[in-house]
Amino acid sequence: MEMLSDEIKSEIQCGTGACPTRRCAILEALEIVQRRHGWVSDERLKAVADFLNLTVEEVDGVATFYNRIFRRPVGRHVILVCDSVSCWIMGFENILVHITKRLGIGFGETTPDGRFTLLPIQCLGACEQAPAIMIDGTLHGDLTPDKIDEILKGYE
Amino acid sequence: MERPLTNHIDKGREPLNLAEYERVGGYKALRESLTSLTQENILQLVKDSNLRGRGGAGFPTGLKWSSMPSSSNSPRPRYVIVDADEMEPGAFKDRILIEGNPHQLIEGMIICAYVVDSEIGYIFIRSEYTLAAKRLKRAIAEAYEKGYLGFNILGSGFNFELRLHISSGRYICGEGTALTNSLEGNRAVPRHKTPRQTESGLWGMPTLLNNVETLCNIPHIVDKGAEWFKSLSKCKDGGTKIFGVSGKVKKPGAWELPMGTTIREILEEHAGGMRDGVRFRGVLPGGGSTEFLVEQHLDVQMDYDSVQKAGSRFGTGTMIALDDHTCPVGMVHNLESFFARESCGWCTPCREGLPWTARILKAIEDGRGEPDDLKVLESHTKLLGPGRTFCALAPGAMEPLQSALKFFREDFERHITDKRCPWR
Repeated sequence: MEMLSDEIKSEIQCGTGACPTRRCAILEALEIVQRRHGWVSDERLKAVADFLNLTVEEVDGVATFYNRIFRRPVGRHVILVCDSVSCWIMGFENILVHITKRLGIGFGETTPDGRFTLLPIQCLGACEQAPAIMIDGTLHGDLTPDKIDEILKGYE
Repeated sequence: MERPLTNHIDKGREPLNLAEYERVGGYKALRESLTSLTQENILQLVKDSNLRGRGGAGFPTGLKWSSMPSSSNSPRPRYVIVDADEMEPGAFKDRILIEGNPHQLIEGMIICAYVVDSEIGYIFIRSEYTLAAKRLKRAIAEAYEKGYLGFNILGSGFNFELRLHISSGRYICGEGTALTNSLEGNRAVPRHKTPRQTESGLWGMPTLLNNVETLCNIPHIVDKGAEWFKSLSKCKDGGTKIFGVSGKVKKPGAWELPMGTTIREILEEHAGGMRDGVRFRGVLPGGGSTEFLVEQHLDVQMDYDSVQKAGSRFGTGTMIALDDHTCPVGMVHNLESFFARESCGWCTPCREGLPWTARILKAIEDGRGEPDDLKVLESHTKLLGPGRTFCALAPGAMEPLQSALKFFREDFERHITDKRCPWR
């Protein structure tokens, strides 16, 4: 099977048009792959490197630096739990304990049914509604354990 | 009291679209800039306004803009970048400004680009600011359609392309040179301070970096003048400021207030004071990488110089309150763990020193602290202090630690002698 579909390649081409070097397309290319496949496998990373005419090391060095490029499979929904200071003061630990109890996973883990992956995130910039989490790009603030149960029901 | 930045922000509704923004005076300053003001006129206005950068360092904005080399003898293209990568623990002001009024930022950016003769701009935004990015995208498209962006803007001959870059995420991207590396598709490690980015920044070209809130002020300064801007403030720095408070206060939130408002007024009047049952112990006045201030500092004015004189840093102006039901050792441990995780790993003191600091704090918090630990922590505040590391991340990380060791020392000592955290 072709590791990068023509569709993905043409999308990356679009990206490269806006920047003067092949290198600056790395993150955009990886994000495009990730949007399509959920994460960036070794094979697809190599395909991106080949496509951009860069080495695997150059691309992986960048991929592994950033939070939002997943180099391991993730669940259908990614829960980002803000563990920074304002959320910590407002009870981040209770939130984490509750989610862990409900889903049976800790940070860096995925539920066996592939529904959720749990990750920490630096300050979500939602300090006035701490504690806060983000699921698939949607912010949920002023959390309590009861609220979390309600919120999780919305993600299948 | 005037609130130019938030006057048209209503959290309960969608932000103003382009036509609505124009109806309340939006893009008037841009039109005036391009049709009747010279670049020098506007630069002088910004200098006279005493506007200082709102990202944390407080560098005078007019001076920063004038450090861009003259366009006749420097390479092109010239870039302007706005740092919308807000990740400082406790900071959420730029999100409010972008979500609330994206056109205000875009207008400020176009005027800035015009003044420094830049043809390409980037808004560098963190990926978790999904709503802000969505609203910016729409606003940028509207501005292109109306001819405020693109080729020959308002018939002036000035061209400006604006691109939205959604970051792949790391706190260090907030460091100006690391941000540039990230835009170029590199690991976001900082660069040498010289040559300055204004000489050689993005792809080696002249590059000017500003914070979101800084640029949001520009249309108002052009529109109403430097004297008006200075009159908004209670100190010599011009303008208003978005102040925020988080922690166990009655009404956590953000408010646009005169620069130089006291910490007491912000905490007690606007944030409603501490919640019932808890007492105030201290505050990080400008975000996670600033030094604690305590009761005796409550009447300090929130402006760059006053906060510095009190022994801390103005930073982002978004404060985090510490109460008497929260363990100061635990709080500092949380902060140092954050900075240890976010260290880019480029220089040794930061890469090795921050995790060590975090481990010692964890041991103290868990009741495994040794009497010597406080000395080791103190030595770290020196070893990772200003001048010892490649960038400002580790020195910033040491600020809450060193001030906590000063103001909450007996709490640290009690953890060690009692072999447990008194708050747990």
